Order: sequence, then structure tokens, then C-alpha cells
Amino acid sequence: MTSQHREPLLGAYFGMGVFFGIVLTKGELVSWFRIEEALRFKGPYLYLVFGSALAVAAPGFALLQRRGVRSLAGEPIAIPPKVMGRGVRYVAGGALFGLGWGIVGACPGPLFALVGAGVGVMVVVCLAAVAGTWTYGYLRPRLPH
Amino acid sequence: MIEQLVHQPWPWYVTGPLVGLVAVGLLAIGNREFGVSSNLRHLCAAFAPGRIAYFQYDWRRSGLWSLVFIGGVVAGGFVGGVLLANAQPVAITPAAQASLATLGIRDFSGLVPGELFNWHVLLTLRGFVMIVGGGFLIGFGTAYGGGCTSGHGITGLADLQLPSLIAVISFFAAGAAASVFLLPLLVPR
Repeated sequence: MTSQHREPLLGAYFGMGVFFGIVLTKGELVSWFRIEEALRFKGPYLYLVFGSALAVAAPGFALLQRRGVRSLAGEPIAIPPKVMGRGVRYVAGGALFGLGWGIVGACPGPLFALVGAGVGVMVVVCLAAVAGTWTYGYLRPRLPH
Repeated sequence: MIEQLVHQPWPWYVTGPLVGLVAVGLLAIGNREFGVSSNLRHLCAAFAPGRIAYFQYDWRRSGLWSLVFIGGVVAGGFVGGVLLANAQPVAITPAAQASLATLGIRDFSGLVPGELFNWHVLLTLRGFVMIVGGGFLIGFGTAYGGGCTSGHGITGLADLQLPSLIAVISFFAAGAAASVFLLPLLVPR
């Protein structure tokens, strides 16, 4: 599918990505050791990062979603609610992702940052992840959601 | 202060708020939701949609911004992980060091243990299952669950969405189980 749509502010998104990549690496969120430390409940670092991130994001989201606030691109700001359905997808999908996360020691954001940081074999993890998403798309009509 | 930010790892009270700021910034720039795993779907839609309904959408309109963002993350990974690399081994707790030592991992330098993530390990059965199997589960699970640590863990939780809380509890529980029970079976030895 093609479109004549021109995405505004692509440079700003790239800049935010660079910033996020630096935060992920300097903040050690890409560190396999930090992730496994947290998943083995041997240290509070990752949980403190999550907590303080939410302490900024939650009020930030609430402020931005007040009536009448518009983005720099000019649209009204609203985060669409996720559909609960029977909730199976959140339990089962979350669990399958969690298994992969625990084994690899990196979630999707850090995977991309680790490629940039020169951990070459992470390219294979990324490609396998794309294959996993493709397989989900293929099986989707037959899976409970 | 600047010196410390450039050469030392950032503490949690710097890192966490900045992650939150990225999510707020994307919403403020263009009403975009912070979430990385959707890019895996956009890549499928762009390069191998087949006849699969899940991949039939205008990925340029809904996903180009995000692919550009993730390109930035790769570049930022180079800046933060190579140019401004943290010189010292990561300061995980002594309890974590002892726990990882049971896997045979005693060198805590670098971003990942060199003995686990290299091309040679990929050619072993255990290493292949860890790297390819783990990656596949990440891609399948995030698509099925509709998000990852960023989309559910930050965006969804910060927006007080119950489905995201369920997903977060589920992936933390499964991640803990995988680290404790599966990882020991897959670490090369």
C-alpha cells in the first residue's frame, strides 16, 4: 500500500530515538546483567527505573490529555484504550514475551540499542523477533485473544 | 557533574525520569505512543506482508515515524554504548553477582557477557536456542500481547490501562521463571 501521506517532524522522532538510545546505554538498561539481576530479584535497580519513569510519564500523560491540548504536529492528544476482550492475549502474549526476555536478557528497545553499540549477534535476535511477529500474524486467526 | 554524566553510568533517578520524558515527548510531538515492539510488525508489513490480514495496513502512515525513532535508537546505542561507553564493569549487587556466578558468569564488564553473545555460541545447539529461540519468543509474544516493556510497561501503565497491568505482571513473572529455570539449561558450558 502506498500513500501520499507526508509524515511531519520525522527529524524530531529521530532525535528522540537517539536520546532514548543514549539513555538506554548510559542508564545500563541494555545491560544483560541489570536485566537478569532484576528478574532474579537480586537488586532494585530496574524497578526503581520503572517506578521513576512512571512517576514522570503518568502526570505528563494526564496533563497532555486534558481537553484542548494539541501536539506540535497539531492534533488533539489522546492515547487510545487497549481492548480488554477476554484478556487471553495479555496473559499468554505477555508470558511468551517474558520467556524470551528472560532468556535473551533484553527487550525490544535495548535489542536495537545493542546493535548500535556493536553487539553484532543481536542482529540475529532482531531478525528472529521479526520472524516471531510474522508467525503471530500468520497464526492470529486461530489464536484466542 | 557533566564529567560524571559523560563517563559514568547514570543512576536510576536520572535514567528513569528520562525514559518517562521520552514517552511524554513523543505524545507531545505528534500524539504518538511510546512503544518499540510495534516496529517488528511494521517491518513485516513493509518487507513481507504476504496475504496476512495483520500486515495489510498503511505502515508508512502509522509506522514510519516509529521506524525513524528506532533508527535513532540504534544511533543512540552507538553514541552511549561506544563513544561514551561506561568504562567500569556494571555495579550489580553482590547477591546478583553470586547468582550469576552459578551460571559460570563472573566477568561483569561490557553490556552483555561476551561468553554468551558471540557468533561461535550461535553455532551451538544451546546458543542457537537461546539467541534465535529467545528472539522468536520476544517477537511472537509482543505481537500477541500487543506490546512490550515500553508500550505496556511505560505507556500503558502511565495511562492507567488494566490490560497493560495484566501484560506487565505476566511478562515479569515469565521473565523471572525463564531467568531462574531456563537460562541455566541454555548457557554454554
